[in-house]
Amino acid sequence: MTNSLNWRPSASIDCLIKRNQILRQIRDYFSRHNVLEVETPTLSPSTVTDLHLEAMETLHTNPLSVKKTHLYLQTSPEYYMKRLLCAGAPSIFQIAKCFRDDEVGRYHNPEFTLLEWYRLGFSMESLIEDVDSILRLVLDTPHCEKVSYGELFIKYLDIDLKCVSDEKIVSICNDLGYENLVPTHFSNTLSIVEKDTLLQLLFCEKIETQIGTDKPIVVTHFPASQASLAKLSEADPSVSQRFEFYYKGVELANGFEELSEESEQRVRFDLDNNARVQVGLAPKPIDEKFLNALKEGLPSCAGVALGIDRLLMLALDKKQIREVISFDFGAL
Amino acid sequence: MANFSTNEFKAGLKIMLDGEPCNILENEYVKPGKGQAFNRVKIRKLISNKVLEKTFRSGETVEGADVLDTELSYLYTDGEFWHFMNNETFEQIAADEKALGDAIKWLVENDDCTITLWNGTPIVVTPPNFVELEITETDPGLKGDTAGTGGKPATLATGAVVRVPLFVQTGEIIKVDTRSGEYASRSQK
Repeated sequence: MTNSLNWRPSASIDCLIKRNQILRQIRDYFSRHNVLEVETPTLSPSTVTDLHLEAMETLHTNPLSVKKTHLYLQTSPEYYMKRLLCAGAPSIFQIAKCFRDDEVGRYHNPEFTLLEWYRLGFSMESLIEDVDSILRLVLDTPHCEKVSYGELFIKYLDIDLKCVSDEKIVSICNDLGYENLVPTHFSNTLSIVEKDTLLQLLFCEKIETQIGTDKPIVVTHFPASQASLAKLSEADPSVSQRFEFYYKGVELANGFEELSEESEQRVRFDLDNNARVQVGLAPKPIDEKFLNALKEGLPSCAGVALGIDRLLMLALDKKQIREVISFDFGAL
Repeated sequence: MANFSTNEFKAGLKIMLDGEPCNILENEYVKPGKGQAFNRVKIRKLISNKVLEKTFRSGETVEGADVLDTELSYLYTDGEFWHFMNNETFEQIAADEKALGDAIKWLVENDDCTITLWNGTPIVVTPPNFVELEITETDPGLKGDTAGTGGKPATLATGAVVRVPLFVQTGEIIKVDTRSGEYASRSQK
């Protein structure tokens, strides 16, 4: 991708040896806990509807058909893995190559490796402990700290998300010099998408940079509008059973106590697609096979995806993702 | 002037911010797994010379700044303006004291300076990395002392004051690094 003819890998061979050792550690961990390793396809005729995730596309030629098929590269193996669970699989894990368009940076490579796993019968809390065990094993970290999304906004920004007005959020953003990110037509209310964008901005710039500096921290109960595929909390349906791990400025893992209701899942897909249309993006084809599987019944479970490359950056104290990937995007 | 999207932001690109032309220094991509992507951009304001960080939504566009660096040779000052000339076209441009800033003490006639023009008006004058100036005043110092421990202040023809080694004397021409304001050597001429 560069104009030079540098053929060398972006990671040192020494790093790749360590990468292999850590992957082996992880496989051993799951084997001890009777979690089955699976492989699912990278290609799919449908994809995620997320507003902020773009899948790469490819064209498939079938020798027995004149029609070419559009296929998406997976952004995560979530739907196929859940289809396995619906079909009766036990707890499963996968170390999968994933692809996301329009993401290149210090912590982003368009093609990267996710460790994704699902534990049958686990709650959000028990899965958090499971993730923590892996971090302690690989990074030798102390037990993680646990805090809710709402508590962080109170602590770092003095914003109580339960009662804060849209006007207050906008005035805080203006005061912090983010006036260019506030909707220009703002009068007194923000749309759900606009509000989430500002909350994500404040979280990224004013919270994430300050948390998890000396030990991993897990942030729980993201707002319902950012629930993704997580169940809403029974105690407080304004928040979700979604969590994220952060350590040393790195977003490491995102997990859910999984939404299993087909009708609610369909509503969320539709909401996503509506949001996409609102901001001028094309809606995405909904994965009907995944929804059919949910109809059959997803066993009660919790699941999480952990960025292996970022875990390696932390384990090997590397500042750039390219240093832990054999050939990063710039070395192709 | 064209607009630029955050994915065109790279070091050296000139954009408008708060009505002031700015130079982009760094552009970092930040994206939560499930959220909006942002660009954390380090910027130098060209007139106030302030460095700041600004966050943009990925894909946001900003107006470009019509900023151009040009090599001109310094002619003279009339007290209010400093006059420079393009040696190929012989076109002359006058810069005011604000644009000169610190460069004022490193201006040597016929030296090539970099003049930054915004909409055709000079806003920054950058002197060459090294200039040669005559010492107009410095203490005699001790003869034979070449160790250069600490040195002594010397006033140059432009009024600039730099620390020089003890063996350098009034009337000599010295070479100064304008980026650090430090003595480099005696003139080789």
